[in-house]
Amino acid sequence: MTREQPAPRSRTRASWPIVRIGLLGGVIAVYLCLVGIVPTFDERQLIAGVISLGEASLILAGVGTGYLAARRAPGGSRRAEVAAGGLAGGLAGSLLTLLVLIGSVVDLRSVFIHASPELYDTLTFGLRVTGCWIPIAVGALVGAIAALVVALPDSLRRPITWGFTAVVVMGLFSGLLRTPLLTSPLAGLARFLFAPDGLTVAGAVLVFVGVAAAVAIRGPLTARRRYDALPERRRRALLVPALLVAILVVLMFPISMGSFFAQVIAIVTIYVLMGFGMNITLGLAGLLDLGFVAFFAVGAYTVGLLTSTGEFGLAGWSWWAAVPFAVLFAMAFAAFLGLPILRIRGDYLAIATLGFGEIVRILAGSDLLKAWLGGPQGILGIPKPIDVPPGHPLAGPVQIYYIALACAAIVAFVAWRLRGSRLGRSWMAIREDEDVAEALGVNLVQTKLLAYMLGGAFAGLGGAVFAGLVGSIFASSMQLFVSLNVVALVVVGGMGSNPGVIVGAIFLIALPELFREFSEYRFLFYGVALIAMMLYRPAGLLPSRIVKRELYSPDELDATARGDASSPRPAAS
Amino acid sequence: MRRIDRLTDLAIAGFLWAFRIAVLLIVVVGSIATLASGKYSLETWVDLVGNGLTLGSIYALIALGYTMVYGILRMINFAHGEIFTAGAFAGYFMAVALAGTGLLNANPVASLLSIGLMILVAMATSTVLAMGLERIAYRRLRTAPRLVPLISAIGASFFLQYTIRGLFGPGIYAYPDVAILGEQVPIEILNMRWVDVLVIVSALLMMSVLYLFVMRTRLGTSIRAVSEDRDTAALMGIDANRAIVLTFAIGAAMAGAAGVLYGLKYTQVYFFSGFVPGIKAFTAAVLGGIGNVPGAMLGGLFLGLIESVGPTLFLDGLNVPSPNQLKDVIGFTMLVLVLVFRPSGILGERVARARA
Repeated sequence: MTREQPAPRSRTRASWPIVRIGLLGGVIAVYLCLVGIVPTFDERQLIAGVISLGEASLILAGVGTGYLAARRAPGGSRRAEVAAGGLAGGLAGSLLTLLVLIGSVVDLRSVFIHASPELYDTLTFGLRVTGCWIPIAVGALVGAIAALVVALPDSLRRPITWGFTAVVVMGLFSGLLRTPLLTSPLAGLARFLFAPDGLTVAGAVLVFVGVAAAVAIRGPLTARRRYDALPERRRRALLVPALLVAILVVLMFPISMGSFFAQVIAIVTIYVLMGFGMNITLGLAGLLDLGFVAFFAVGAYTVGLLTSTGEFGLAGWSWWAAVPFAVLFAMAFAAFLGLPILRIRGDYLAIATLGFGEIVRILAGSDLLKAWLGGPQGILGIPKPIDVPPGHPLAGPVQIYYIALACAAIVAFVAWRLRGSRLGRSWMAIREDEDVAEALGVNLVQTKLLAYMLGGAFAGLGGAVFAGLVGSIFASSMQLFVSLNVVALVVVGGMGSNPGVIVGAIFLIALPELFREFSEYRFLFYGVALIAMMLYRPAGLLPSRIVKRELYSPDELDATARGDASSPRPAAS
Repeated sequence: MRRIDRLTDLAIAGFLWAFRIAVLLIVVVGSIATLASGKYSLETWVDLVGNGLTLGSIYALIALGYTMVYGILRMINFAHGEIFTAGAFAGYFMAVALAGTGLLNANPVASLLSIGLMILVAMATSTVLAMGLERIAYRRLRTAPRLVPLISAIGASFFLQYTIRGLFGPGIYAYPDVAILGEQVPIEILNMRWVDVLVIVSALLMMSVLYLFVMRTRLGTSIRAVSEDRDTAALMGIDANRAIVLTFAIGAAMAGAAGVLYGLKYTQVYFFSGFVPGIKAFTAAVLGGIGNVPGAMLGGLFLGLIESVGPTLFLDGLNVPSPNQLKDVIGFTMLVLVLVFRPSGILGERVARARA
């Protein structure tokens, strides 16, 4: 992406970037259609009877196109900006028109499975070829509106954007919010806001107007600024009650939201726990471990073998007695794998650990170890940690959520205490430059091994909690994607930052678990998220302050804030 | 040196030796036991070797892309396996179109021409894809620390895999039959089909052309120069950017061709097809010495052989039940062994020793 030089030039040359943005937006829109996002998301309504999630994704592409085009508009007058937005949006739409026209002549379906007549209906409001102008018109309209909003003064633009975002978010979560609200005293409000599928029209208007008005009167950014302006003592006085409320919400969450939700957040918490562990291995010590699942498997199988009441159970212990052993075994296994491979550097290490993860999965499911680990049939009959009758508030996933939460807190505490220690600083030294660290007296293998073993121990703990959650273990649950999930959430959240792990887990684990439509495309989003993070924010969404302070001098910090990925870092060695 | 440091170093050295000895014991004892049992005839072994060479040629073709990109950018292009899958799919759709016109099985000449066409289409598709990938996901990260482009490449791998799944669906696509390829080669002991000959011969042909290109032409020289030292090469008037893009393009073309050959040999392709061969081919590249073109070819053949012969030769004698389940374990163990004990590979190059 090169920045445009403000140089005088002819009109055709000046409009070329806008044409390019329009065509790019069109390619993205066609991609959204053919890859199946539009047709799949079409099944969920955002605003009941008016707009589906699939249509919303296309409109969002149009909004993005218009927004980018308006910023590149020559001259910078409002009319030019709106014209640019409309032009780019229309161009983007014209590619969709082209898709409809081609699709009406050739049967694209023999190659692209999503190029169905239903897709063309969505694009042309059911008119097919006679309505092939519709994407152009809608695209131009959306692009122009987006450009118009860009041109608005700040005091108007911010409420509109926030209101728009709020409607999309409420529409997304409508299904989840509606059910619990209907049984609460707010049932009347719920019925007004939510249709069985999506927001009602009146509800959408209410949300938009409400949020926009709230932002217009006292924007969230100003609230942030006012908070920052407070003196230190007053700030702390505000922080304590806020933290208490947050803790209360976190504790009450699963009980108030029902068992499906509890299951999802139990899984999210297990990932947060493993993310904290990965944060030591990857975030602090800089060891990219793509075989995390191996230790997860060791933890899960240890608990399974020690507690199972089924065929393969060895001891019939309680879950609590088995967990320390699970952690110890995972740690020992990490030492066992780590000793030979930790001499390997950086990217080679990643591939070697990936190899280990796959070896463990194949062995666990093989006939060779079937007599002990059950092969593909797995280990069944793992008891729950707390034995309560069904219907008790702690039955099912709720108790696992609390256990995982407690474990995550312990791991976070350990990680936090280690970070500032001598060991933590050795890890960061290794991450930055192994040779220099060694020259300064850091024992590379010992230090790396400790990081690797701690990461492994926490993965084992995650596996143990997971075994308690699902009650049965199969070799097929030990897929590579467990490792990749953990790596992705640490990277997206910000390497070395624990709040980042929570944000990453909410984005990458909770969303796909909550929305079936998302889970189909979960790994697609992962891919885009990983690439985008590396290109624009290699430090993550919530980068750790220490990493920022220690890695960049102040002017380099400005450079990273501008999204300049190339200059501030040392060259690859 | 502190005493504890010396102790850990000793422990590690001991551990590594134990590791070596264990692997060696499994290999030697297993092989002797298998051979002594006399369960397998000569024909079986010839069969296994033939299969291994076919598989190995495909690994070698994919490995070229890894090795050249690593040589020039010091980066593992994790998405290379998906480039291979894209080629296999392009070849599949071309084959279906050709089968529809009846050309695919009209006569042997038409069949061969059709296969050539499929390979060309696949090469073109893969090349375009890889160049786009390089432009979007890698170019800006050339000077970033090494983990950054690797994570971006992992993201690209996911993105491409699930794009392919989204576009073509999760199902398995069966390559159309090419009648002449299914026939036996008329040499008694070989028990090979023509498809094996096609895979081995065309892979060797492409690799020789590539080798000559890299060693004898100006463009090839520019690639080698940039691999050696990008800044100095740039000072000598070489367009480093063009050399890098060219490297991605060549590697992708080889992977695309490998995709079609894989489809013809194993007759099926789906969105995940490229992942495991991709990792195996990376193993092959490391095995041969990363950054080294002939090394990738040798490494590929060697890995294919060991994966095909290994389970029977090493494990069957040890009474391991269904040893073929464990063929990937052998491949991955090879990977770890090479990385630990000889990171510079069989034909180790300076590059690997100095920078790996």
